[in-house]
Amino acid sequence: MTFKIFGKVNFTPYTKVEKFADALREDKLMGTRCKECEEIYFPPRADCSKCMSSDMEWREYSGKGKLATFTTIHAAPTGFEDMVPYTIGVLDLKEGGRLLAWVDNIPQEELKIGMELKAVPQIMEEIEELRVVYVLRK
Amino acid sequence: MKVGIVGIGHGRFGRRDDVTVQELAFEPFKEALEDAEIQKREIDATVIGSSPEYHKQRSISGVIAEYLGMNPQPTWLTEAACASGSAAIRTAFGMIKGGIHDVVAVLGVQKMLELSTPEILALMGRVGDVQWESIFGTTFPGYYAMYANRHMHDYGTKPEHLSMVAVKNHEYGALNPKALFQKAITLEKAMKSEMVAYPLRLYDCCANADGAACLILANEEKTKKITDTPVWISASATASAPMSILRRETLTSLPSAVEASRQAYKMAGVEPTDIDVADVHDCFTIAEIMAYEDLGFAEKGKGGKYIEEGQSKIGGKVPVNVDGGLKSKGHPVGATGVSMAVEMVKQLRGEAGKRQINGAEIGLTHNVGGIGQYCFVHIFGR
Repeated sequence: MTFKIFGKVNFTPYTKVEKFADALREDKLMGTRCKECEEIYFPPRADCSKCMSSDMEWREYSGKGKLATFTTIHAAPTGFEDMVPYTIGVLDLKEGGRLLAWVDNIPQEELKIGMELKAVPQIMEEIEELRVVYVLRK
Repeated sequence: MKVGIVGIGHGRFGRRDDVTVQELAFEPFKEALEDAEIQKREIDATVIGSSPEYHKQRSISGVIAEYLGMNPQPTWLTEAACASGSAAIRTAFGMIKGGIHDVVAVLGVQKMLELSTPEILALMGRVGDVQWESIFGTTFPGYYAMYANRHMHDYGTKPEHLSMVAVKNHEYGALNPKALFQKAITLEKAMKSEMVAYPLRLYDCCANADGAACLILANEEKTKKITDTPVWISASATASAPMSILRRETLTSLPSAVEASRQAYKMAGVEPTDIDVADVHDCFTIAEIMAYEDLGFAEKGKGGKYIEEGQSKIGGKVPVNVDGGLKSKGHPVGATGVSMAVEMVKQLRGEAGKRQINGAEIGLTHNVGGIGQYCFVHIFGR
């Protein structure tokens, strides 16, 4: 059940890819690749939706990528009220796949779609229990 | 075998603190029976379109069918988030086409405002993929804001274009006595409203509402017996797309809408230029601009120009959301798709009053579920 440490709020403590959270805690960003058809997945998946194989392997990601889009949330849902306004970005990863994360310490005016950013693993220190995420930095 | 619409009903949308969900459903159902001039025993089944997570009452189809006096005929629920109403229409359409039922009542019904604000905020936090996206506090406006930013970047769409959609839909909503907001707004007011999710402001977002709408569908033979002014469903099409925006091939279009409309045009044997009037899913202003393009009314990337030129206004190429759209009517999730169809029937019958498109022959509805994981496109003809 280690996946429950992933995210400020976590809705899915159980998953076949729970090793992702263990790796993130050790400062590594991991995706998966299907050994049968070589389709790559970020976020990681345990089952390949292309060839239906469940024979997958883990691969490490650099976290580098280009900003695909972003927004700044002013009206927050439950669990995020204390953070508003917060900026969310979607990153097209260099090694394939995408991720969505908070933009860390870059003013919204400086964000440009297409700019290079890096997803970096982070332990949320302001929360008492162990919580790990990744954030987007320059 | 054709499927016709023989009766329509539409309740008042808004904050309905005065009714339960079954009482809300009763209003348009009774109106549709009177419109069709049939007895309820002539109806073979009741299909309810609704999103169940908003209701305190569980299993609402059972409660509604009982309240309408529609036992022992079959009833069930269809769910496709904000497109639940259109999912109900398609289900009824298929049942009739397949010869299982002759006459089916479709009820789109939703009470959204019986939940407390904290309950709504908790639901709002789970609209995306909860494993990889909701953990960062994504919201409905947030997703459409991300589409908007990318659309602006790729095609030069401007905040003014978004606000023009809001101004148009409020202008027409003022002509619709069933709408939540019946008041025109200025461009300045829209552009200065508070920020919800950059670049979307308050007036770029539709409002939650309670509401219900009803259609009575019948097979070709029964339709001709029941009414002299039938409206026919000439296409019922739908498609899906990845729920997660991390697995979408594009962020400026809804692939489900492109595919559903392609199927719908083929099924009806018409082109986008043949459409006389349309209701599209303007949950956010950018959604209407994307719809112009996804439905082929405007070229890809030219949605902003389309609203700027007034092509989606009465007198333009394809008047869109002349009933006020979700923006003005309010968006009672399950009722919305049925409400759109009711408007098309009114337009094609020539009963739309001040917002009538003269001589409208072909109407189209575009109803999106969630952030685009489902889209239903229906085409109607006389």
